[in-house]
Amino acid sequence: MLPIVLLSVFGIVLLFLGFLKSKAILLPATLLFLLVAGAANFLDWNKTYLYFGDMLRTDNLTMVFTAIILGSAFLVVALSGSFIEDEEAQPAEYYGLIMFALVGAVMMVGFQNLIMLFVGVEILSVAMYVLTGSDKRNLRSNEAALKYFLMGAFTTGIMLFGMALLYGATGSFTLAGIAAYAVNPQTGLSLLLYVGLLMLLIGLLFKVSAAPFHFWTPDVYDGAPTVFTAFMSTVVKTAGFAALFRLLSISFVGVYEFWWVIMAVITAITLVIGNVTAVYQNSFKRMMAYSSISHAGYLLIGLASLGAQTKQAIVFYSLAYSVATISAFGVLLLVAQQRGTQTISREGATGESFDSFNGLARQNPLLGFAMAVSMLSLAGIPLTAGFWGKFYMFSTAVERGQIWLLVVAVLMSAIGIYYYFRVIIAMYFRDGVIEPIRVAPFYQYVLLAATILTIGLGIAPGLLQGLF
Amino acid sequence: MLTLGLILFPAIAATLILLIKGERAKQVALAAALVELALALSAFVQFKPDATSQFGFDYAWIGALGIRFSAGIDGISVLLVLLTGLLVPLIVLSTFNRQYERPSTFYALMLFMQAALIGVFTARDGFLFYLFFEAALIPIYFLAAMWGGANRIPVTFKFFVYTIFGSLFMLVALVYLYYQTPPVAGIAHSSAIVDFYKLKLTPNAQNWVFWAFFIAFAIKMPVFPFHTWQPDTYVESPTPATMLLAGIMLKMGVYGLIRFILPIVPLGVEAWGQTVIILSVIGIVYGSIIAIRQRDMKRLIAYSSFSHVGLMAAGVFSQTETGMQGALIQMLAHGINVVGMFFVADIIFSRTNTNQLDQLGGITRATPKLTVYFMIMLLGSVALPLTNGFIGEFLLLHGVFTYNHYLGLAAGFTIIFGAVYMLRMFQKSMFGPTSSRTATFADLTMSESLVFVPLVIMVFWMGIYPKTFMDITEPAVVNLMKYIGTTAVSMK
Repeated sequence: MLPIVLLSVFGIVLLFLGFLKSKAILLPATLLFLLVAGAANFLDWNKTYLYFGDMLRTDNLTMVFTAIILGSAFLVVALSGSFIEDEEAQPAEYYGLIMFALVGAVMMVGFQNLIMLFVGVEILSVAMYVLTGSDKRNLRSNEAALKYFLMGAFTTGIMLFGMALLYGATGSFTLAGIAAYAVNPQTGLSLLLYVGLLMLLIGLLFKVSAAPFHFWTPDVYDGAPTVFTAFMSTVVKTAGFAALFRLLSISFVGVYEFWWVIMAVITAITLVIGNVTAVYQNSFKRMMAYSSISHAGYLLIGLASLGAQTKQAIVFYSLAYSVATISAFGVLLLVAQQRGTQTISREGATGESFDSFNGLARQNPLLGFAMAVSMLSLAGIPLTAGFWGKFYMFSTAVERGQIWLLVVAVLMSAIGIYYYFRVIIAMYFRDGVIEPIRVAPFYQYVLLAATILTIGLGIAPGLLQGLF
Repeated sequence: MLTLGLILFPAIAATLILLIKGERAKQVALAAALVELALALSAFVQFKPDATSQFGFDYAWIGALGIRFSAGIDGISVLLVLLTGLLVPLIVLSTFNRQYERPSTFYALMLFMQAALIGVFTARDGFLFYLFFEAALIPIYFLAAMWGGANRIPVTFKFFVYTIFGSLFMLVALVYLYYQTPPVAGIAHSSAIVDFYKLKLTPNAQNWVFWAFFIAFAIKMPVFPFHTWQPDTYVESPTPATMLLAGIMLKMGVYGLIRFILPIVPLGVEAWGQTVIILSVIGIVYGSIIAIRQRDMKRLIAYSSFSHVGLMAAGVFSQTETGMQGALIQMLAHGINVVGMFFVADIIFSRTNTNQLDQLGGITRATPKLTVYFMIMLLGSVALPLTNGFIGEFLLLHGVFTYNHYLGLAAGFTIIFGAVYMLRMFQKSMFGPTSSRTATFADLTMSESLVFVPLVIMVFWMGIYPKTFMDITEPAVVNLMKYIGTTAVSMK
């Protein structure tokens, strides 16, 4: 509750700060605001409250997800310094919109009522449409924004339709009300419930870019400015999965028999499409787009085999994934800025291909190390957080006895190693430009912190346990 | 607590070496490896020959899941700990006449590798084992791919993907086993290896768990037909990395067979053991025949190693006490011999810039020391009586022979073929007329001789008085065999 209020106020304050002549204050101010919101988030620790006529719930799970979202946002904003140096940039508006997007994300995490879910999704999405198109002079950015908006608006419609059908079937918008209706599938439930659930799922799966609703992802991730790609692939995904988990685990446990097959098939398709297509990319940024699809697949395993471990698995996985993704994008941001030219070829911007990472580890050991650790984590190699993320996900599948899903996931992880290691090979084993990349000290600390977090969680994954 | 020191010390030393600039890293790495050797020796000397796990530690790690950070040394792992402790300082010493770019990274990676290897051999928790099993791969991959030959990038990448792919199946099997253990105090299961031993899996489950484990270990060793990554990787890697791979890392696979497959899925072994022995025997003969045809010394040794490891796998799956003992002894012996052989190849390469047999010859004229050491290592490799190779191979062959006479006979070819290709290599490189490349061949330097001395001592010690090593493993092997016998019966 407090984070929502604070973030809304801070967003407006940031817009007004934009009137100041100096833009220098905006970045530290945003970071400070995020810290304050993050701290306020934990004030209600170990207590459970309902707000807004029981439409929003704060409990430990909400707070943990909110913390992951705010932490990811903090890292993204901290790495955005070079992006806003541009003359044409409008940092006040960007940061303001980020604040509003976070309000939406926090609502999606804590909703108790479908209306609240819808409002949260919309607040988040509208802000993201604008941010995607924020690089006004870049044609691809504009294209991405338009695509994202058109397809996003369309699926929002489907989602809303689904909610209406659910209301028709159950007479209630609240999670508890739907759960009370769906608890006894033997008595014959209304067909509207099933159709409504499917439509609602389509809307949310679109947001987390699960196949076959993923077609917007590569173009939008590729076209959007890298900072906002990082934001999109972490905050939006975490919020989306938090919402899916809350929805399925509270309201639709009763009809698990109905939806688990659908979810399992979607999981398998997502894993295969994400991983196999990523192999063929020449642009690192596009590869990361497909990688984000594949990670949606791993996260979906937890939902398709919903059980006692799922909560743990999704929290851990989203954290591991977010940290690794952000530091990868953080390195990309520097590389693309200093090694690339602004010309854009069919393969994407020149600084974003795998080749532009050649020899990076020799000139910039720290950047190389940060990137290597995040690639290892995304590939799920032990001693990184990503390994335990996969481990928890695989455990949920074993617990439910879904061995075939597990086999698909294992094969796809092996494929994943191929494309993640292309970056490591380029950085460590190939020779490239001699000139080192200049990195601001603050930027280094942020990358280092993210790297340490990834390794720390890889060595002691138990740290997160018992928190929620 | 000694085990904890054995695992942590090299890792800490490696981290410190990363901070050192320049060639001093070499000396520091050697000093660290010698300290580690002292630790390993003290474990070996103090080890009480019984079936218990000693010098262990046990901490809660992921409390709620019942996963523990627990390791210790028992009769099965003690020789491998000794092997790791012994070989790493020798491998470091073998690089003293070489210059590697960025030495601090190079030596740090070697010590990280050592820490992970000790971890693999001592872990008492299934997931801890898996973690070290994978963690050992990262440093060796970087060693091979950063300092290797011209074709290193695709070759080492194949090696990396191949082995990771195999171990993912092992991860699935481990997670499955973990969920089969009875819950302790609420929701937590147990991932302790001893708890896996208590499981009574259905025959069906045993079959797939068997294969999930076996593929992981078979790729690591490698067993035919999972060996295709091996020769290229051995040839393209820098020699110290090849020594680590052949000398120690492939033992992870054999060790895994003994530690996991035999006791956990005895019915799976019963169903598939013969298939595996046949595959191994095919590998023995196939590897030997290819080795006979090789012109490159490193490649020849690579194939000979592939052939030898096949015999170890066959011995383990013969499920006889002699076969198991033989595998444990032969792991130690093979590690010593193969490191010696690769070092000879490296010395010849550093002086002549080639490992092609038809460009070598006549080296023996000016090099009495090298000739003697080379001959001793070679005799060990071809299993001449009174050398270490003989003891191991004899026990292994005895085990396979007891299992099935014909298979034992076929596996016996390894000794005959081994003599053929090894003596051919010796003859082509050391005897005959000198070539333009070998005309000015200098004999061993001080540091090079120092590497050979301990190896030679071990060759004869194990060959003449193997009791030192057999006595220490015997109780554990007997215990394991008894255990396998009773569980397999009780599962039926």
